[in-house]
Amino acid sequence: MSKNLLFLGTRKGLVIYKKSTSSWDYHSSHFPGIPVTLAYADENTKTWWACLDHGHWGIKLHKSTDQGNNWEELQAPKYQEGLEIKEGVPATNKYIWAITNGGKSNPDKLFIGTIPGGLFSSSDYGKSFELNEALWNHPSRKEHWFGGGFDHPGIHSIVIDPRDNDHFYIGISCAGVFETTDNGKSWTVRNDGLRADFLPDPFAEVGHDPHLLLACPTHPDVMWQQNHCGIFRSINGGKNWKNVSQKKGPANFGFTIAVHEQNPEQAWVIPGISDVIRTPIDQSLVVCRTDDGGKSWIEQRNGLPQETSFDIVYRHGLDITGNTLAFGTTTGNLFISEDLGDHWNCINHFLPMVHSVHFVEG
Amino acid sequence: MATVNFTYALKRFYPDLNTIEIEATDVNTVVQAIDQTYPGIKDYLLDDQGSLRKHVNIFVDGTLITDRKTLLDQLKPESEVYIMQALSGG
Repeated sequence: MSKNLLFLGTRKGLVIYKKSTSSWDYHSSHFPGIPVTLAYADENTKTWWACLDHGHWGIKLHKSTDQGNNWEELQAPKYQEGLEIKEGVPATNKYIWAITNGGKSNPDKLFIGTIPGGLFSSSDYGKSFELNEALWNHPSRKEHWFGGGFDHPGIHSIVIDPRDNDHFYIGISCAGVFETTDNGKSWTVRNDGLRADFLPDPFAEVGHDPHLLLACPTHPDVMWQQNHCGIFRSINGGKNWKNVSQKKGPANFGFTIAVHEQNPEQAWVIPGISDVIRTPIDQSLVVCRTDDGGKSWIEQRNGLPQETSFDIVYRHGLDITGNTLAFGTTTGNLFISEDLGDHWNCINHFLPMVHSVHFVEG
Repeated sequence: MATVNFTYALKRFYPDLNTIEIEATDVNTVVQAIDQTYPGIKDYLLDDQGSLRKHVNIFVDGTLITDRKTLLDQLKPESEVYIMQALSGG
């Protein structure tokens, strides 16, 4: 069954679009006025999840088992009393930055990545959560993890190996990529080949800033990341990373990345100028696609604004299904392409700031 | 008995929320008691470590509480407690 719904986690609620025979149309909205940081549908259980950030009232977690007709609030993961981010700074859940199921072999499992850097797992599908202590107690955490964009470090990427669900990766801003092969009992740092130009030692073991980490679903050893310091690719499950950014060209700084489901050579990024000027280059919005594993990049501008654009796309703001890509921007534009990015259509100019974009089977 | 009043903003999440009277000598007891009546409301008011959330204010007899960490501000037998939200955002 095709993914004919599009979830948009926005600053003013969850907005859903639905594909008809010839167009994507507004379908429904949920949690009006409340920031939805992530909206996710679990392919295994068909359960919908929404991560809310009320501001005043804290972060909340909701689920729906009837396609959004009713939502149930569950207790969001909490840091136990006494835990500290660092000396004298109490640990509280500031933000849910990643949510995913535990793979096909673990239908009751749910993972949640948070700011300030805790990975939570649930073995009863959200009724209760447990902090991953091996990661929280990792010797690098207190000294070498730090915030990037937020005050504290956060887990924004969780990549489960479809061949072995005890094997997974997380991406932390700022710390880098961590891998476990024993269901989270132990963790290995996987930052070899990355560079962090914002550190005194750009090749430090820990302290890198992968903005988003992905693996090709059908070739899970091929991994990609849009990093603060460029675009990196690994062909050996993160053991080594190669910088595949353009030396001269736009494909360099950005937040998001998408990878083709079947083709591990094909990926998309949506660049900005740089970390110090976070706007499109020349105020022209461009998507860059590589078809050869990052050796070369083509610019895809057809249908995108080429003047006075201030759109930036956050890390979870781009998704792909088949040949269809969608992205939502910080200025409330939603663009969809049905041909791998060759042509784009603007579906809505007037959305709130878009935090996340996610194709869903309806 | 202390009288506890709530900001209208919380009615969105707890439609049955109304002013209630509670036997309590400090603010922490008030919060624990209202969580019994309105399960989960504590998580709207306090963070993971039990501190009052940054944008939530509690007034006792017109005065903002001072102990935002352990909520041990004292109540009088007939105290008026107001649980309010800060005005912020956009």
